[in-house]
Amino acid sequence: MQSVWSIAVINNTMKSISEIRADFPILGRKVYDKSLIYLDNSATTQKPLPVIDAVNEVFTTYNSNIHRGVHALSDQASEKYEEAREKVRAFINAGGTQEVIFTSGTTGSINGIAFSFGERYIKSGDEIIISHLEHHANIVPWQMMCDRKDAKLRVIPVNDNGDILYDEYLKLLSPRTKIVAVTHVSNALGTILPVKRIIEDAHAMDIPVLIDGAQGIQHGLTDVKDMDCDFYTFSGHKIYAPTGIGVLYGKEKWLNELPPYQGGGDMVANVTFEKTTYNELPFKFEAGTTNFAGAIGLGAAIDYLKCIGLNDIEKREQALLAYATEHLSAIRELKIYGISENKIPVISFLLNGIHQYDTGMVLDKLGIAVRTGTHCAQPIMDRFSIEGTVRASMCFYNTMEEVDALAEGIVRVVKMFSK
Amino acid sequence: MSVNEVQDNIIDEFSVFDDWMDKYNLLIDFGRELKDLDPKHKVKDYLIDGCQSKVWLYPEFIDKKIVFSADSDAIITRGIVALLIKVLSDRTPDEIISADLYFIDSIGLRQNLSPTRSNGLLSMIRQMKLYAMAYKAKGNNLNSPPGRSKR
Repeated sequence: MQSVWSIAVINNTMKSISEIRADFPILGRKVYDKSLIYLDNSATTQKPLPVIDAVNEVFTTYNSNIHRGVHALSDQASEKYEEAREKVRAFINAGGTQEVIFTSGTTGSINGIAFSFGERYIKSGDEIIISHLEHHANIVPWQMMCDRKDAKLRVIPVNDNGDILYDEYLKLLSPRTKIVAVTHVSNALGTILPVKRIIEDAHAMDIPVLIDGAQGIQHGLTDVKDMDCDFYTFSGHKIYAPTGIGVLYGKEKWLNELPPYQGGGDMVANVTFEKTTYNELPFKFEAGTTNFAGAIGLGAAIDYLKCIGLNDIEKREQALLAYATEHLSAIRELKIYGISENKIPVISFLLNGIHQYDTGMVLDKLGIAVRTGTHCAQPIMDRFSIEGTVRASMCFYNTMEEVDALAEGIVRVVKMFSK
Repeated sequence: MSVNEVQDNIIDEFSVFDDWMDKYNLLIDFGRELKDLDPKHKVKDYLIDGCQSKVWLYPEFIDKKIVFSADSDAIITRGIVALLIKVLSDRTPDEIISADLYFIDSIGLRQNLSPTRSNGLLSMIRQMKLYAMAYKAKGNNLNSPPGRSKR
């Protein structure tokens, strides 16, 4: 999976961690007079200066609606927007830019596909396979589709480590299965799913696969050609880009066959009151003015990640995961949920008898930002018979010292609540 | 003591501390001092929506006053609801409806009032006031709780 990046990072000189952190202005701020320790990267990532500057540049120098004007600004904005599309294409190794649709985010992408795919292919009695690890964004749109079409949702179970039970997946695949939609990486537990194998087995039965890449994209795990997925979705804000921009990758053959899920400007070739013909790909799926500033910011984020080097990012993140797992496991009262061999740097945990909300509230006052609750993934919480966890999610700009501070904070929480 | 006298006492207790950890410790103590809620009232009917932790709030109408008891599975939340009970329990519906809860701002819990914090402080206050309105509307002659008002 690193082959795509090897060329980009050949001439890269590794940046030091302090140089990297200096690229993210927000990391220097204080909360409650304490240095911010940001460990909520699975919820959203912070933005480096090149991204902030790129968005700033849009609005200070060439803001104008894309694909429409005859004037210089519109030309420049359109060009930058299409440049961003090409950057995304190269980043995920898609065959062509016609396969890269800009959306509002992962949720928008999945809702769109669930609707279009449902309208085109799903009939009563058909089945859709998801896993027990899904975020609500990869559950509810399919449930809505099943309700409309009288289809059935089937769920791949997981074991106590947080890995899917692969044999159970194979048993679920049947002629009734019309699509498999699984997450690349569990947002709640951090498990990396064996997506390539999942896709291969589905394809053996001519079943297409959608991968929810919201938590996979930022860790350099995505090569859609190698993976051979039919659809891949992700959000810009989880990959150091602005909010409100996302991507739907789809194989050209599917995107040509599927009907658009939104009608409006830009997605049409010709409109009369009798009949409308649609624009070519990718514009067919981009109704209305898209978030072009966000897309340009996403392009800048991709450039930045290439500059840091995806290999380097993976190394740093795996080192953080190993360090955090070791140091947090050493706290007797702490139990980690999700202990797969294949994980991104996420530690989802509970402290013996202490509510996740209490833990999060106290850590917050120590300047440590974590997420508490069900992480929009209630079914997997139910699977472990818990009502939520505390989730510390790290990324390459985090440090071992921050992990130490988290561990100290946790010890303090334990003392506070076990008097 | 009036609603405001109780609030002023709470503000005094919290004013001793600058550090948030001490304030939380005090909240934890308030939570521990809160009288336990009868388990039979820890049911869905008395669960408050919109909280990341569970909060049960049970009202009783005794001598024209509303007496609240409550519990939460999170200790800090239990502390917060304990403060609300100190201020608003054993009061007439009118006192509850008209109460201006300035102590929340004064002791620095204001951020917890934001709906996005989802710890339910706002929901708890709303629910207490809704119960008061329900009792008032039913003519102050009920002895059983009016049940959860639908929002």
